[in-house]
Amino acid sequence: MTFASFIAQLLNGLAGASSLFMVAAGLSLIFGVTRIVNFAHGSLYMLGLYGAYALLEGLTTRLFVFAGFGRTPLGFWAAVVIAALLVGLVGVLIEVLVLRRIYRAPELFQLLATFAVVLVIKDVALAVWGAEDLVGPRAPGLSGTVSILDRRVPQYDLALIVIAPLVLLALWLALTRTRWGALVRAATQDREMVGALGVNESWLFTGVFFIGAMLAGLGGALQLPREPAHLGLDLSLIADAFVVTVVGGLGSVPGAFLAAILIGVVKAFCVALGTQSIAGFEISFSRLTLVVEFLVMAAVLVVRPYGLLGRPPVLQRAVGEAAPPLSPLPWQAWAPALVLLALVPLAMGEDRYLLVLLTDIFIFALFAVSLHVLMGPSGMVSFGHAAYFGIAAYAAALLLKRAALPMEIALLAAPVAAGGFALLFGWFCVRLSGVYLAMLTLAFAQIAWSVIFQWDEFTGGSNGMIGVWPSAWLASKAAYYWLALALCGIGIAFLWRTLFSPFGYALRAGRDSPLRAEAIGIDLRRQQWFAFALAGALGGLAGALFAFSKGSISPELTSIALSTDGLVMVLLGGVETLTGPVAGAAVFTWLKDELARRTEFWRALLGLVILALVLLFPQGIAGGLRLLWHRLRRQEAA
Amino acid sequence: MKRRTVLGLAAGTAAGLVLPAGAQQGPIKIGELNSYKVFPAFLEPYKKGWELAVEEVNAAGGVLGRKIEIVSRDDGGTPGDAVRVAEELLSREQVAFLIGTFPSNVGLAVADFAKQRKTLFIAAEPLTDKIVWDQGNRYTFRLRASTYMQTAMLIPDAVKLKKKRWAIVYPNYEYGQSATAAFKKLLQAQQPDVAFVIEQAAPLGKIEAGAVAQAIADAKPDAIFSSLFGPDLAKFVREGNQRELFKGVEVFNLLAGEPEYLDPLKDETPNGWYVTGYPWAEIKTPAHAKFLAAYQAKFKDYPRLGSIVGYSTVMAAAAAIRKAGALDQEKLVEAMSGLAHGTPFGDITWRPLDHQSTMGAYVGQLAQKDGKGVMVNWRYVDGKDALPSDDDIRRMRPTN
Repeated sequence: MTFASFIAQLLNGLAGASSLFMVAAGLSLIFGVTRIVNFAHGSLYMLGLYGAYALLEGLTTRLFVFAGFGRTPLGFWAAVVIAALLVGLVGVLIEVLVLRRIYRAPELFQLLATFAVVLVIKDVALAVWGAEDLVGPRAPGLSGTVSILDRRVPQYDLALIVIAPLVLLALWLALTRTRWGALVRAATQDREMVGALGVNESWLFTGVFFIGAMLAGLGGALQLPREPAHLGLDLSLIADAFVVTVVGGLGSVPGAFLAAILIGVVKAFCVALGTQSIAGFEISFSRLTLVVEFLVMAAVLVVRPYGLLGRPPVLQRAVGEAAPPLSPLPWQAWAPALVLLALVPLAMGEDRYLLVLLTDIFIFALFAVSLHVLMGPSGMVSFGHAAYFGIAAYAAALLLKRAALPMEIALLAAPVAAGGFALLFGWFCVRLSGVYLAMLTLAFAQIAWSVIFQWDEFTGGSNGMIGVWPSAWLASKAAYYWLALALCGIGIAFLWRTLFSPFGYALRAGRDSPLRAEAIGIDLRRQQWFAFALAGALGGLAGALFAFSKGSISPELTSIALSTDGLVMVLLGGVETLTGPVAGAAVFTWLKDELARRTEFWRALLGLVILALVLLFPQGIAGGLRLLWHRLRRQEAA
Repeated sequence: MKRRTVLGLAAGTAAGLVLPAGAQQGPIKIGELNSYKVFPAFLEPYKKGWELAVEEVNAAGGVLGRKIEIVSRDDGGTPGDAVRVAEELLSREQVAFLIGTFPSNVGLAVADFAKQRKTLFIAAEPLTDKIVWDQGNRYTFRLRASTYMQTAMLIPDAVKLKKKRWAIVYPNYEYGQSATAAFKKLLQAQQPDVAFVIEQAAPLGKIEAGAVAQAIADAKPDAIFSSLFGPDLAKFVREGNQRELFKGVEVFNLLAGEPEYLDPLKDETPNGWYVTGYPWAEIKTPAHAKFLAAYQAKFKDYPRLGSIVGYSTVMAAAAAIRKAGALDQEKLVEAMSGLAHGTPFGDITWRPLDHQSTMGAYVGQLAQKDGKGVMVNWRYVDGKDALPSDDDIRRMRPTN
């Protein structure tokens, strides 16, 4: 690389970092104050871009026609600013209508609500703007290029490079020089104390949501000349934004700035390096762009557990009420259910589809329960649990197809492989806590995904592998149904039993009070590490069962989307109950199947149904039903 | 309101558990599944295409004296969901056979499922070569000209230009990798002294377009081969135009002439790029004119390539039923083999050798007209002229 191209690529990286910084700063602010992992932040970014496009180029809907500001510099910058403000208002709406009602729900429950918002916004954008990509105009007045060291650099890129530090400066001034900023910083450090001192938390939260959403909208709107508005933006951005937030340190705006630049520049240089031979090996750095931000994050988190500029939380208080103690499920509850389920194939006769759907539900129930063991009793949230699901699915397929082992052996050996990887990844993860831990699990999942995705000769690459069918005696739907019921039942029973063993109590002790747990001699890290491996292995059993039930697998099985589905199931069912994950898996799988068949806009409908459930059952479905049950009993007793 | 929806849904499901009685007397049901929510830009026109075809087939009296009906499902864009949906179509809806799918991994998964269930599957859009070659099977047929075929269609022009230094950029997944491999192999075969000076693999939907354009410019190529599409293509074009990357450089881009990907480019449309695509406004053959008129009358919109794919897939399905004379799977598969019928692109044949249809593609160059992208100097390349030799295919395709 010559010096000139080095400089040119540096500028590319800085320009790319600009929007990323704004989105991440918004995410970071929101998390810092409200502790909400705002999954919808990517959607707000997308709305910013669509909004700026509509303001500039016009919008025709059934209700009204808007001509747009026209392609003048004034029109362009007005569109950017107004789009950002409008997105800020959308953020306020989300906060006031939904999130404000569930602040006292168990930790991370709000994530479920924001997930539902993602689904709704995506379908709304599809309905308003249509499916075609919308390429905005070049920025009026800044459409040309500047020659720097004989390389052409777009003027607009330079503008972005200037705007980002200006936004940082404005934020820094707002945070350090205003009363609002002082409150935000105080709330980031100790939210309860701020409330106790008489500060109106609602207004503070709404305000922070406005600023955070506005920053996301601004980041999106500023991309108008560089990125077409399209419906994939939300999810393609959200992961990067989380990465930047975490690498920078949660709640730290300057950290987000540094991290955005780090990641933007590393990406640009991966592209610039292209294919290089190092010590006889051909390394394609351009193919590395698939996963490089996650590699950076894993490296940063291993060295600095709280990100570049983040600080360990000063003190942690439980946000909601402390989780109630778990109680084992009496046999009178589970035995009849199991018998009924076992009889379904005999009763159903011809309708094999119900068996297929129920098999899926069993598999996801085991997956959700294994995730719940980490999230609930162990207090370790995993954003990357699909890694073990997918690794086991691939292990099963590879043992069957490449090692030509019998299907039964492949099925039972696959969870061991998943457990092994969980042991490896877990060793690093348990050294962290909270969202940092969650993001490191996500990083490992993405690394696993990218290896599977790229290793054509071995894993079949993005196409995946086909012909992963069960042995002849399991080929019928009913036989496989019983197998899935038996194995998932055993897996779930084993996990639940474990939670009431000394090991399980030690885990909960560690979650509720790490200091006291360690003081009485529990090696907490080791317990958590084993919990990680156990959850990975059982999640893997679900994955292997899934592979053989579908006959083919592809890298989606390790994807963020599936990890998210797992989180949604656990939260929807209720993270503080034993049976919640099972209920969540059943309801979510069934809803998705049912709604997708009934309407075109099923995604929005699914989102609305989840929002309704979220508002009705802030403790999750199982938690809500239990609460209802206790209330009825109390009334009877009185 | 929400409560009523939930209750209504519950009732609906309960009703759904009851088997449809006397399904034999009604219309012939064909199961269609596709990733409507993941690739709406392509699949909305695709859906309109098959709706038109169903209407035309039924207006002409249907097939075997019965009307046809498409039972359409969203497969969520993942193989796992697609296989479940396919199972639902077969078990619960009792469809005669399956058509559809868009992404290659989903297409392959459904193909393998079809093989397992010994059910005909007409893959509409998946471009992967493997679905009919390395991983082909008796029950699966594919309509679209594959990655290999569309790449091969661009080769004659590429060879003619005699450019020595080539840069390559592709979306980093199987389609882009196959296109790149096929292009390099076919070009090298005819022009041994060619050098590939840089290769850029961009994550799908997330290309760092500025950096990629800069890196390619630094490699000083004479020509570029790209298989980008969608937002990646738009970003690459914008950054390349701004940095004058394409000045004096010939560019070949698979799929870039398809209205789905060309129309968004508007006044950024680069001049002179060699592309495969669909110049819908200019094709004057009677078959296309008839299709175009009917489509525009029904939808008040112009067709995209997806419309052609949806329309032709259903036409193939109807023709297969007609030829088989029954809904027996083995007879249907026999009927598909060597089936010939008309499409808006002209007559096509479903090759017995590998179950690939001979539907071709339009090859031409991009130009701007009134601030919009169009294809000029185009010609239709028949699919059968863009395929490897029969022996090569026999070597690739498993014999089952």
